[in-house]
Amino acid sequence: MHINRVERIWMTFGIVALVLFLGVLATAAISEGIIPPSHIQTIDPAKVAQTPPFDNPGVRKVGDKEYEVYVVARYPAFRPPLISVPAGANVTFFVTSPDVVHGFFITNTDVNMMVVPGWVSSATHVFRTPGEHLLLCNEYCGREHHYMYGTIEVQ
Amino acid sequence: MALAQVERENRLPLAYVYTATGALVVGAIFGLLQSYSRAKAFVAPGWFDYYRMLTAHGVLMAIVFTTFFICGLSLFMVYRAVPRERSLRLGWSGFFVMLFGTLMATWAILSGNASVLYTFYAPLKAHPAFYIGATLLVVATWFVLAEILENVVYFRRTQPGMKLPLVVHGAACTFIMWTIATIGVAIEMLFYLIPWSLNWVPTVDVMMTRMLFWYFGHPLVYFWIMGAYLIWYNVVPVFYGGKVFSDGLTRLAFLLLLILSTPVGLHHEFMEPGIAAGWKWVHTMTTYGVVIPSIMTAFAIFASFEMSARAKGQPGFIGVIRSLPWSNPAFCGPALAMVLFIFGGAGGIVNASYSIDTLVHNTMWIVGHFHVTVGGPVALTFVGAAYWLVPALTGRKLWAPKLALAQTWAWFIGMLVMSTAMHWAGILGSPRRTDDVSYAGVAAAHAWMPEMIMAAVGGTILFLSILMFATVAIGTRFSAQPNDQPVAFAEPEPEAMPTPPAFDRLSAWAGAALVLAVLAYIGPVHELIAMHPYGAPGLRTW
Repeated sequence: MHINRVERIWMTFGIVALVLFLGVLATAAISEGIIPPSHIQTIDPAKVAQTPPFDNPGVRKVGDKEYEVYVVARYPAFRPPLISVPAGANVTFFVTSPDVVHGFFITNTDVNMMVVPGWVSSATHVFRTPGEHLLLCNEYCGREHHYMYGTIEVQ
Repeated sequence: MALAQVERENRLPLAYVYTATGALVVGAIFGLLQSYSRAKAFVAPGWFDYYRMLTAHGVLMAIVFTTFFICGLSLFMVYRAVPRERSLRLGWSGFFVMLFGTLMATWAILSGNASVLYTFYAPLKAHPAFYIGATLLVVATWFVLAEILENVVYFRRTQPGMKLPLVVHGAACTFIMWTIATIGVAIEMLFYLIPWSLNWVPTVDVMMTRMLFWYFGHPLVYFWIMGAYLIWYNVVPVFYGGKVFSDGLTRLAFLLLLILSTPVGLHHEFMEPGIAAGWKWVHTMTTYGVVIPSIMTAFAIFASFEMSARAKGQPGFIGVIRSLPWSNPAFCGPALAMVLFIFGGAGGIVNASYSIDTLVHNTMWIVGHFHVTVGGPVALTFVGAAYWLVPALTGRKLWAPKLALAQTWAWFIGMLVMSTAMHWAGILGSPRRTDDVSYAGVAAAHAWMPEMIMAAVGGTILFLSILMFATVAIGTRFSAQPNDQPVAFAEPEPEAMPTPPAFDRLSAWAGAALVLAVLAYIGPVHELIAMHPYGAPGLRTW
């Protein structure tokens, strides 16, 4: 089949652009570890309230400038609703749901994940500067979905 | 062929197109109210809340309108390209099953028994009528595939050695791709959601249903796009006296869409637990691959414009633009739709980009994206093409062509305003699928409220545009003058080399599509099963 010369140039340009974009993403993934949140851990959704550490959700200091935050996303609220962490620390969130699917999104950050009953989601973030962030559920979870939000307080 | 036969077989596509129009109008009312609700200009009443409207809007626009229109369009193309005495029994059976399923699911939604949005994510548990109705709606499209393939077989038997007509090849690729994709949602419904909603099983495997949904959910968008491409390649050139740029490359574009549309669905699940990052990367690459036929299409469309303009002695960019029939609404709609697709395609690359998607996932950016893809390039192409299709099917002249022309521009402007505001709100962090995004007035929410007002302005223009479309559609139905537009499909440019016969071996390409789909999913599905995930019981939180 004959392919027009101009079309060959156009297709080459398009495919090179796509390969370049993939290269940027691959470089970020390999050298900086920038990958989507892909934590693989199951939990019985009927027993979240009895399963440590989700039986007592909240912030834990686990090392020098290392924090872990356990959150239960339960319709229509996050528990705890107010999370305080220090600026400049490595903060790893672990979130699960005992009921339906929720979202866990901290606005103006790259913490954005789906929370699926039966599974634990996780993402790590460093909050550089003190201030307040809005934490919200960004997956429809029921009639009062828009009331499901919380606050991340960076000190 | 006898005129009576043509009239008889036109009724089926016409029934599809008018049902699609009905779904569009009802869906638009909900869309308008939603945009007002988010802009705080309207509070949905307790007996018909925002999420019920949102479910109705999504199902009626994204599934009912598009599916009915593409079925009608494809059947019309196949019937005209393969003239023969034919039984319409299979075609009408498909239509009535589809209509019955639609009514069943619509009842469940409007009565408040299925406020689960159009993605129906478990363990939100709707009334069984919703799942059964939606399954019938989707499975009924298999009748349309059977109808198309029956005509392919007839054509090959009666005209051995001939290439399939281009429209038949395109329609067949579209419905083979679609059928392979719908297997996923059929399994999700029949083996997971329906038995669970009937309380035959106590719990449901949530991650498996999500993977099955998105196995279907992304090819769904390519089903819409292939419907639009059928019009862009085969119909639009007729309006300016042009030709299809290349027979072979058109077939190749549809074949690439057929094989690459399905193994990409995990890019909707980038932010989910339970799926290894490596599989998400594989699907990032395949998603980039399916961009290639769209790059080919962009070239072919503009090449066809330019060659026709040159033949008329109108070279140069301005000459090309000037030579096109902008006063014909059937051209103007699809042409403006092509402009919108430039924005839609660029945004789509962002969403498909693995880690970058983190910044926009489930924000209003995504809503802006699918409105400037399915709501722009696809729906505006269908609406514009209806100004050619309905006169072709009814034999009646288009009523109020100036109103029709104004309608296409109103859609274009409304969609630009609305989708730009939505994209921007998303970058600021405003979530999608949320009734009230003011969050009791916290500072972060202040930033995106002006965008919600702009989105409502755009939504209002779009709503008016849809009312104009419905007016023209009804007026044309009762128009007394005969259709004066030609009903034909564009011919390909004469080519130096013939199209490879392999491009017509549809069963081999369908086999390749199935193999790729299995390869893309066997790993993540196996890993999911190996984790022995806990079931979830299901809730009605609305």
